[in-house]
Amino acid sequence: MRGAHVRRKGARPVVPALTTGAHPAVRPRLLRRQADWEDRAAYEAAGGYLPGLAGPGLIDAVAASGLRGRGGAAFPAARKLAAVAGRRGEKVVIVNGEEGEPASVKDRWLLRSRPHLVIDGALRAARAVGAGTVYFYVSDTAAALSLKAALAELDGAPAELRVHRVRPSYVAGEETAAVNAINGRPAKPSEKPPRPFEEGVARLPTLVGNAETIASLPAIAGGAAGQVPSFLMTLSGAVPRPGLYEVPFGIPLGEATEVLGGLAGPARGYLMGGYFAGLLNARGHGLPLDYDALRARGSGLGCGAIVVLGARDCPVGLAAALLAYFGRENAGQCGSCFNGTAAMAGVAAALANGEAGPAEIARLAHWSGFLPGRGACGTLDAAAAVAATLLREFPAEVDAHQRDACPACAATDFAATAGPLALSPDSITPPLAAR
Amino acid sequence: MKIKLDRTICDGFGKCAAHAPAVFSLDEWGYASLERGLTAEADLPRELEQPARRALLDCPAHAIIERGPASEPPP
Repeated sequence: MRGAHVRRKGARPVVPALTTGAHPAVRPRLLRRQADWEDRAAYEAAGGYLPGLAGPGLIDAVAASGLRGRGGAAFPAARKLAAVAGRRGEKVVIVNGEEGEPASVKDRWLLRSRPHLVIDGALRAARAVGAGTVYFYVSDTAAALSLKAALAELDGAPAELRVHRVRPSYVAGEETAAVNAINGRPAKPSEKPPRPFEEGVARLPTLVGNAETIASLPAIAGGAAGQVPSFLMTLSGAVPRPGLYEVPFGIPLGEATEVLGGLAGPARGYLMGGYFAGLLNARGHGLPLDYDALRARGSGLGCGAIVVLGARDCPVGLAAALLAYFGRENAGQCGSCFNGTAAMAGVAAALANGEAGPAEIARLAHWSGFLPGRGACGTLDAAAAVAATLLREFPAEVDAHQRDACPACAATDFAATAGPLALSPDSITPPLAAR
Repeated sequence: MKIKLDRTICDGFGKCAAHAPAVFSLDEWGYASLERGLTAEADLPRELEQPARRALLDCPAHAIIERGPASEPPP
């Protein structure tokens, strides 16, 4: 793809300021202090593109690091690498930077500002699995331009590197949707099996890796042993400093949000893992940011996007907005999903408006337990998690709404506050422009 | 026998659950999923093969697919 990017001579992509930072316990490997676009020279000066562990040695090191898929599913990265590496014949790598999770900006930030880190990781992944082609799958225009500018700086590469753009949508980031889009079909999920490692792009075994997961490989190849394992947290909502933060696994949620995001009064709760892992009440403050610990407590880390609910945010109104979103944004394929999301959204909207009673709440509770697993992708599971966690974490607020007596809603119009609580990537990282 | 139910194709006719209620469960809108505990990765219990095959042959949407033997184990 060298030369495919048209740009003015001497013009460089500009990365505008997004609040970024690292927890004091972390030596950042994903974030970078400089706000400008990291070109090849700067990336190499910081130790990039160095030889390091490769092939089975790299896969072993990834296993030892405990790295899991950072798109949200948290599948062990080494098992995915090994599954593709173990197949015969031609193989493909997809770096998934579509980032359909509305509350998350991490992948776009990496692609917009540190494209060489992602490319370096992609080349290592391609070598480890034996792939000759790498697709960078993105919907963000600025990310695509940044990647193309970075690819134009390479003097040849050991694999064919292509940027594949897709229209942004919630479901387009699912791994089979990525494969379908690159294969020329609509960017919608397929029923599994086969999973992409069995049959993906052009029916070849395909590794689909989230951009942050792939960007984690260079440090592991360089011997990251002894480093504190960390991840990117997109923090938004009721905090003075929303932004993107590199955080060590395992610290309490409240510490991460308060040390980095600041404190705007006690948190009423949290929306976890983008829109994927449901709501937590104030007990979330003390829960560790750890995949298994959060799952054991009925929540999840997902893609690491966390929205803080303040005293004026109504969890019922937020849940209604989220379920309406799933009712709109589902792929419209699986009957249980397009019916189930619409049904749950209907009850949540009625509840938010003080028009639902015990019978409606009982139906919502039934659906939230019955529907998970009844779709080809995770959309229905995410919607059911919103409903289930609303009922479990905020019973008093649900009760108040049945009597149309929610103090937060009486104080403000929920519709005005429960909308896009998430960071908008375009407001915090304006599109790439020539300097 | 391994079967896969492609829920992106299912149109909610419900024939599968009529033929093989121990294999397919319907939601309240009539759309099917495999019963809990059954997956496309594992062989059906032998006693469920015949009803499952009847469901496969009778599905108007052709949403039920018989899977060949896996050439390699899943990760």
